[in-house]
Amino acid sequence: MITISEDRCKGCSLCVRVCPTHVIEMGKHLNAKGFYPAVYTGGKCTACKACGLICPDICIEIFK
Amino acid sequence: MMKVLMKGNEALSEAAIRSGATLYFGYPITPQNEVGEYMSRRLPTIPGGAYIQAETEVAAINMVYGAVSTGRRALTTSSSPGVSLMMEGISYLAGAELPAVIVNIMRGGPGLGNINPEQADYFQAVKGGGHGSYRLTVLSPSSVQEMADLVVLAFDLADKYRNPVMVIADGNLGQMMEPVELAESYPNDHDRSSWALTGAKGRENHTITSIFLEADEMEAHVHHLYAKYAEIEKAEVRYEEYMTEDADVVLVAYGIVSRVVRTAVEQLREQGIKAGMVRPITLWPFPKAVLQELAQRARFFLSCEMSMGQMVEDVMLAVNGQRPVYFYGRCGGHVPTPAEIVAEVKKRV
Amino acid sequence: MQKVFERPKSLNEKPFHYCPGCGHGIVHRMLAEAIDELGLHDRTVLISPVGCSVFAYWYFNTDNVQAAHGRAPAVGTGLKRANPDSIVISYQGDGDLASSGTAEIIHAAARGENFTVIFINNAIYGMTGGQMAPTTLVGQTSSTSPYGRDPKFAGHPLHVSELLATLKAPRYIERTSLNNVVNLTRTKRAIKKALDLQQKGEGFTFVEVLAMCPTNWGVDPSEAVDWMESSLMPEYPIGVFRDARPGEAKS
Repeated sequence: MITISEDRCKGCSLCVRVCPTHVIEMGKHLNAKGFYPAVYTGGKCTACKACGLICPDICIEIFK
Repeated sequence: MMKVLMKGNEALSEAAIRSGATLYFGYPITPQNEVGEYMSRRLPTIPGGAYIQAETEVAAINMVYGAVSTGRRALTTSSSPGVSLMMEGISYLAGAELPAVIVNIMRGGPGLGNINPEQADYFQAVKGGGHGSYRLTVLSPSSVQEMADLVVLAFDLADKYRNPVMVIADGNLGQMMEPVELAESYPNDHDRSSWALTGAKGRENHTITSIFLEADEMEAHVHHLYAKYAEIEKAEVRYEEYMTEDADVVLVAYGIVSRVVRTAVEQLREQGIKAGMVRPITLWPFPKAVLQELAQRARFFLSCEMSMGQMVEDVMLAVNGQRPVYFYGRCGGHVPTPAEIVAEVKKRV
Repeated sequence: MQKVFERPKSLNEKPFHYCPGCGHGIVHRMLAEAIDELGLHDRTVLISPVGCSVFAYWYFNTDNVQAAHGRAPAVGTGLKRANPDSIVISYQGDGDLASSGTAEIIHAAARGENFTVIFINNAIYGMTGGQMAPTTLVGQTSSTSPYGRDPKFAGHPLHVSELLATLKAPRYIERTSLNNVVNLTRTKRAIKKALDLQQKGEGFTFVEVLAMCPTNWGVDPSEAVDWMESSLMPEYPIGVFRDARPGEAKS
């Protein structure tokens, strides 16, 4: 599973692009910086680390 | 101590090495090529030493910037057009508060000029040259012995105040040979542990930078720099007086011209004119106080330079309108003769 | 549950000032991971250039020095010659390295200076507001090529990895990209290899990373990756251009 720091996220959506199991989606609420942050849906994460590899703001921690 | 006959360029090089500056970064340009050639022979034989012939003076000054960031001493030298290329790097050194020594063996200008000696880089050295709010301590030798001694002093002052120091000497001083006494080694024991980039092992990391985006930060930084410069102005003025005790006419000259003026002073005295000379050794901080003091007693001042008149403006500032200040100079490589200077003084007497 | 991915130790907690989807943050993290994994933190000096990453030193808790535009390879030469035990990393953008600093990068590479250069190529100038870079593609618009880069006035882009590969001295030159997981992994591997070669005293190492600049390309981050794949990567082929000691087999 993953945790995404809502405050650091700039809504670039690159994690959504690379996630192979599509367990990340863009939120519909604004974070404190004014971005729509990425949100982990809680679905089947394989800890492949693709999201962490591409996140430009080190928002994501990954657990296996 | 033994005296050795040495060329000015070589004396300054050996003095730097004995001050612990065993890193040299430079680019060939006449009339200081002997420095690079000397360093290329000496430094590879010293453990930890390195001679790097940089691709340009722009690169050389930045190599110095990197090397002195580690807390080691490094030297670069050049001549007028090459020093122009170093101005960006010098501004960065001053802004980042790094100790460095730069030597300019001055030649004819502006532009490509010629390879003969001149003293036309006074403004460049003393008034900036590089952008932004900073000052350099500027030292001017007038003998081969001083080429060595003032380089040693330059390294010490650079470390003492964490500010670059420039030594400016005309091409004559770089080329001429005179006996020199050098100590085996000179002290190099300033504590740089609070800022040097030696690797952040067991301590807070150090950052060397000259950018301060916030206006308050930038202003505070230049105020801090200028507080250092105020200390330097109080403590580091150096000059020589020759026969000024009862002088009616005060000549002001530095470098090779001061040697000619010394003779002119003696000739004037023989002719009943009470002349004297002030020879600034620090061009910055400029010896204002002694000139202000002499302005109480002298009738006029004559600044003699190998240029169209640059130091004369600082003489005027120091004298502050109390007495007339005149200028005599030659360019293109011509060194004024005692006869020319005597004639110029007699014109005004 | 075990944590298998987190912020590397050589980066502090400060949030990056970079734009959404910018490649800098990705490479900063990989560089810090490589420094951590190789145990090089205590010996590292990072050179920050002039460009969007001028403040890279805000984020790395290694020793840092900021350098004038283009001069980083000269500064690195001074640093490494003064302290050969240090690990010197020059981190530069395309204005810094391919425009202002063309002399410095070529000569540091030609001298085989034993440090690592990370070259972020996003084919545009970021910090100053999206002007054309030496790496901008023919036909690409920018704030100073509003009609598209015209070779009649602006020539053709520089391919720095290929240029440096004509020199004898460099030990390792690779160009990678950030467009997908395979290439992200290649990028990390290349950076780590470069630092490892440096610590072994093997010579000059150079990693060119094709990176996104969504803001100045005028697209959103995901479209930026699309454009990287469709236009940037064909112009700048990824691959190893040198992996040998001077004079030995080419690659």
